[in-house]
Amino acid sequence: MSTTESKSLYGILAEFKNPKALVDASEKVVEAGYDKFDTYTPYPIHGIDKAMKLPKSKLGYIVFGHALLGFSGAIAMMYWMSVIDYPLNISGKPFFNAPAWVPITFELTVLLSAFGAVFGMFFLNGLPRLNNPLFEVERFKKATDDGFFVCIEAKDSKFQEDLVRQLFEEAGATHIEEVYEQ
Amino acid sequence: MSKYEYIPEPALVKGNHDFASITKLVTDVNLRPTPRNWYLAMLPANALLGLLLFSIGYLIWEGTGIWGLNNPVGWGWAIINFVWWVGIGHAGTLISAILFLFRQDWRTAINRFAEAMTIFAVMCAGVFPAIHVGRIWVIYWVFPIPNQMAMWPNFNSPLLWDVFAVSTYFTVSLLFWYVGLVPDLATLRDKATDKIRKFAYGLFALGWTGSSRAWWNYEKAYMILAGLATPLVLSVHTIVSFDFAVSMIPGWHTTIFPPYFVAGAIFSGFAMVLTLMIVARKIYGMKDIMTDDHMEKMNIIIMVTGSMVGFAYMMEFFIAWYSGVEYEKAIFMLRATGPYAWAYWIMMFCNVISPQVFWSKKLRRNVAFTFFISIVVNIGMWFERFVITVTSLSTDYLPSSWDYYSPTAWDVLTYVGTFGLFFTMFLLFLRFLPMIAIAEVKLVMPQGDPHNYDDETQEYHPHVEEVPQPKAVKA
Repeated sequence: MSTTESKSLYGILAEFKNPKALVDASEKVVEAGYDKFDTYTPYPIHGIDKAMKLPKSKLGYIVFGHALLGFSGAIAMMYWMSVIDYPLNISGKPFFNAPAWVPITFELTVLLSAFGAVFGMFFLNGLPRLNNPLFEVERFKKATDDGFFVCIEAKDSKFQEDLVRQLFEEAGATHIEEVYEQ
Repeated sequence: MSKYEYIPEPALVKGNHDFASITKLVTDVNLRPTPRNWYLAMLPANALLGLLLFSIGYLIWEGTGIWGLNNPVGWGWAIINFVWWVGIGHAGTLISAILFLFRQDWRTAINRFAEAMTIFAVMCAGVFPAIHVGRIWVIYWVFPIPNQMAMWPNFNSPLLWDVFAVSTYFTVSLLFWYVGLVPDLATLRDKATDKIRKFAYGLFALGWTGSSRAWWNYEKAYMILAGLATPLVLSVHTIVSFDFAVSMIPGWHTTIFPPYFVAGAIFSGFAMVLTLMIVARKIYGMKDIMTDDHMEKMNIIIMVTGSMVGFAYMMEFFIAWYSGVEYEKAIFMLRATGPYAWAYWIMMFCNVISPQVFWSKKLRRNVAFTFFISIVVNIGMWFERFVITVTSLSTDYLPSSWDYYSPTAWDVLTYVGTFGLFFTMFLLFLRFLPMIAIAEVKLVMPQGDPHNYDDETQEYHPHVEEVPQPKAVKA
């Protein structure tokens, strides 16, 4: 692949032949001390999180926050509407009719939690992001089909092109190439 | 030889597939030119959709008087169809969420398909409560938003709970479906060759790269959504049943309604998934992924939930007698022997007797027979809602107000029209979106598990189950 002066290096991308080779390679990448790297796979490989030493996902906290919001929001809404703003006597039942409010409180808690889970996940993953330098690599199209990739980014403090290439070669990469910023 | 024999789980994907062939099998359906038969199927679907729109238009113009409702029977086909479609819509989330939490890997073959069915079924269901209100232009009164009366909805009413339950269910199902779709849309984006598809799939794939850091959050999100959707799916039909159970009408005011409605919903939903799956897998050649083993497992669920429904029917009868309430006893006797006995016995035959045939392994694995039963079940479930709604209302407390209810042509046309909406949406789904969760199928293939590769050579070797031999017992 030809390089031009104007493009700056984004990272080095290596392809591995199967999920096992990728898991082993990511262990080596972690051992070598890189932390600005990622692996790309067509499906979630179970166990690669340990090899990559990924920290626990923060998503649970986001969802919990949304759940609290949904729960308290539902009760606050119903309380304000049927006790404060326009109290209406319905069959002589109390204005604050807690048992009857359970279904709506539950539904809104679930609804807000689901928003938190979905949009929180996209937020943590930095999506939507339609202009990824990796998309310029023709071979990278395999990452959503049957390719298993590792990319060490140039912004990693330990990044040195020849050392990274050497690491990938020793780990048994089937293909190595540079990725450039656009 | 031990008398116990180890029977391994059947492989989830049949045939000699690798990752690339699975991708090709599924995405080809979306990427190849539209087949002529698709248009031929779209034609009647669109005609029925047109019929639905026309019936709704006439309803809004003329009012609910065009329906067969009469004085004691103020709820007719609209609520029957609503409950029927919502019930069908329960299978998708059940398959995606509950089977996910139970680690039932076979769900991956059918979850996308069933979720799509759920969303379209809930759309069809949603039509009825929206149009039955008479003055559709003030339908927004059901939502807690300011209106010209300066009043708020009645939060004590089960009908309002239903508004929240069904709209939450629709939204969460849609989100769940979309989250599952994102990685597969990325696959389509990378496989597409023309500009329009590249752009459209690329836009909705949101720039998904398959990064493991992203998968890590993604799987967490998926698990949380499954955990949320599980109580949600149970709550939705529970709340639908509250529409009936919270009232004081004999035959409705029972505590058995929530579990009985949920079992019935799963029962009919699985039947609908089977009806669609058997046709789609044949037309699209997906038998390697949607296998007969899947069909058998679903038939077992149909049999179990059918038995639960049958048990509930009998329990209702028993409790009516045991309660000693005359009206309760009378309504159940009238159901079985009164003016609607024909509907009652259709229901009993379709829902209680017909699924019992699946005790036979041979019939569980018979495709044509399963297809037949899956349709019988949904006819039966429609009649269940008919029996519940109409018998209780037409013969209530005061014999002088009793009346026989019959639908008009507009009731029938509106109902038939919803099939147009359903099949139009479903055909669009089959054409433009991957009908199988590609990434999830790859995950459950034996090649997907790094443990099935040799530690030294990194070559794939099929997993061999180690079967512990029973120890010899001294005679």
